[in-house]
Amino acid sequence: MSDIYLDNNATTMVDPAVFEEMKPYFCEQFGNPSSLHSFGNKVGFALKKARKQIQDLLGAEHDSEIIFTSCGTESDSTAILSALKAQPDRKEIITTVVEHPAVLTLCEYLETEGYTVHKLEVDSKGRLDLDKYKSLLSDKVAVVSVMWANNESGTIFPIEEMAQMAAEKGIMFHTDAVQAVGKIPINLKESAISMLSLSGHKLHAPKGIGVLYLRRGVRYRPLLRGGHQERGRRAGTENAPAIVGLGKACEMAAEHMAFENTQVKAMRDRLEQGILAAVPHCFVTGDPDNRLPNTASIAFEYIEGEAILLLLNKAGIAASSGSACTSGSLEPSHVMRAMGIPYTAAHGTVRFSFSRYNTMDEVERVIEEVPSIVAKLRKLSPYWGENGPVENPGEAFAPVYA
Amino acid sequence: MWDYSEKVQEHFYNPKNAGAVEGANGVGDVGSISCGDALRLTLKVEPETEVILDAGFQTFGCGSAIASSSALTEMIKGLTLDEALKISNQDIADYLDGLPPEKMHCSVMGREALQAAVANYRGEVWEDDHEEGALVCKCFAVDEVMIEDTIRANNLHTVEEVTNYTKAGGGCSSCHEGIENILTRVLAEKGETFVAGGAAVAKPAAAKAPEAPKMGTLARIRKIEAVLDSIRPALQADNGDVELVDVDGKNIYVHLTGACTGCQMAAMTLGGIQQRMIEELGEFVKVIPASKEALVSMEG
Ligand SMILES: Cc1ncc(COP(=O)(O)O)c(C=O)c1O
Repeated sequence: MSDIYLDNNATTMVDPAVFEEMKPYFCEQFGNPSSLHSFGNKVGFALKKARKQIQDLLGAEHDSEIIFTSCGTESDSTAILSALKAQPDRKEIITTVVEHPAVLTLCEYLETEGYTVHKLEVDSKGRLDLDKYKSLLSDKVAVVSVMWANNESGTIFPIEEMAQMAAEKGIMFHTDAVQAVGKIPINLKESAISMLSLSGHKLHAPKGIGVLYLRRGVRYRPLLRGGHQERGRRAGTENAPAIVGLGKACEMAAEHMAFENTQVKAMRDRLEQGILAAVPHCFVTGDPDNRLPNTASIAFEYIEGEAILLLLNKAGIAASSGSACTSGSLEPSHVMRAMGIPYTAAHGTVRFSFSRYNTMDEVERVIEEVPSIVAKLRKLSPYWGENGPVENPGEAFAPVYA
Repeated sequence: MWDYSEKVQEHFYNPKNAGAVEGANGVGDVGSISCGDALRLTLKVEPETEVILDAGFQTFGCGSAIASSSALTEMIKGLTLDEALKISNQDIADYLDGLPPEKMHCSVMGREALQAAVANYRGEVWEDDHEEGALVCKCFAVDEVMIEDTIRANNLHTVEEVTNYTKAGGGCSSCHEGIENILTRVLAEKGETFVAGGAAVAKPAAAKAPEAPKMGTLARIRKIEAVLDSIRPALQADNGDVELVDVDGKNIYVHLTGACTGCQMAAMTLGGIQQRMIEELGEFVKVIPASKEALVSMEG
């Protein structure tokens, strides 16, 4: 039996059709798209086609609003730093406590440079308080940066509404849509979004390619200056094979949008329902009503995530965890903590993230494996008794903490 | 995913002595609030001889926390309490053929549980004096709290001083920004400001290499031996040693022995030796571990 990959929010397989499209751009069509000769010229046309494919998936008005970057992280940094550079009198940033490190770590750094960063909190289901958000919008704010969908819980934020609210106050709005693009429909020309980040490797394109969408007319300052590539907005010779691959991947994502939101969603729902029915003391995190169709985040109480992952891995199942120990940091996931999930459960969260390549058979196999893995680890846990959590777990086991 | 040794995996997948020991007369409950791991160690001690007859663990934690708990119980069974207390974190890590630097705190927890259980048996109250912070230097496994305390205690002002006192930052140097931030914060407590001293660029390792006159083979090997001799005392201080195995053009094969072999510092040690060789020989050379298992990446 082959291994089961349920970690598609971390990265995805390059679709074989995407790979086919890319192949000629290594050894045959290797020219520099900026060159005048025929070697470069053809590559130039390929990039143009890819730009159009991406424009279509995003529903962008102009293809020149697509800027190729090296990854989602670069797009995030470029967007936020550009907003600050272009509006030197505005010294505030609004973001959320659950952003990806690509935004949060940058914002924390900017705080040391004298900027004020407002981090919106979330409730127990990972939702934002829009009244609070509204109260922070002022002419001191350079940019709002809020993720479209959360990578750990899958929770979707009301991005269009938030962008509209910012636009009414004349404030730039950036969204990290790395997890949303390709999974939920997006129509940028109907929105008030100024900037959007996406990353190829989350939607079956290769790693190391990203896009920054920049609405026409939004003031902009490049991160990388040098060549005239991307109309001088992102210098550096284009990663032509990856761009071609991303174009194809976007086209395919558009074709599979309905599949993602029915079939893939059905697999996710069956997995959750199957695990919750078979395993006591576990629960789904995030907002069940506003979630990516492919993401299940389940907290298993009284055990730790890395241990679960190691045993899953041994059973041929790949998933990921918000536990501290998988990342090398000492803190459990900032997303789980922000939702107020207790330590004994936050450490035991496991994220199963699907793609269109998964099957219902795989789902059933996972549902079969999980209960015994959880039971095995609970047997080792000081919070667990014969048949359930010890009474008053917090009191029965109250270790001396360092 | 972590690069766990076979031994760690063995103790994780098939932990020994899981569960509470029946009729235990010593119990130690410890945890680390920051990383959330927690461990209960139960001991059955024979009162006359203070020999540990049986030991069991219950752990809420990651793979290496479970593996180090299992290892600890195996190590202490049959020992007297005083013998058991001599076991260090490094002993636990060594028993498991090493732990990744980020995971060393798991073995610390095992040792603390042992101290707590012994204190409980003896009717004493155990107090934890160990505090742990986020890992800053991955090459030498030095955490934030350790760096802060050392800066305060010794009135340090530069990254170089921090490296000299704690080793932190002495390896790949990627954590220098982090150390500067800690210095800025700790110095600010005393109303001082951190000034980044020294050169912003390091001197290139093999700058003078091209002009170096060619040495004869024998002279070259003598020189290599001399460099190893000069490094040896430092290694021996850590119960290790190094031997020259072969020289093949630019490749210098050495054999690390004793504490250096399985230790996580092996890559660092080799990197350091290579650096010295390049400086002393005035040419670019590679220092390569002669045994296959010690083939570690030099990137650290
Ligand atoms: C929400 C979010 N933003 C940004 C990134 C970073 O993307 P990349 O790996 O392309 O830099 C990720 C991927 O991990 C993500 O999930």
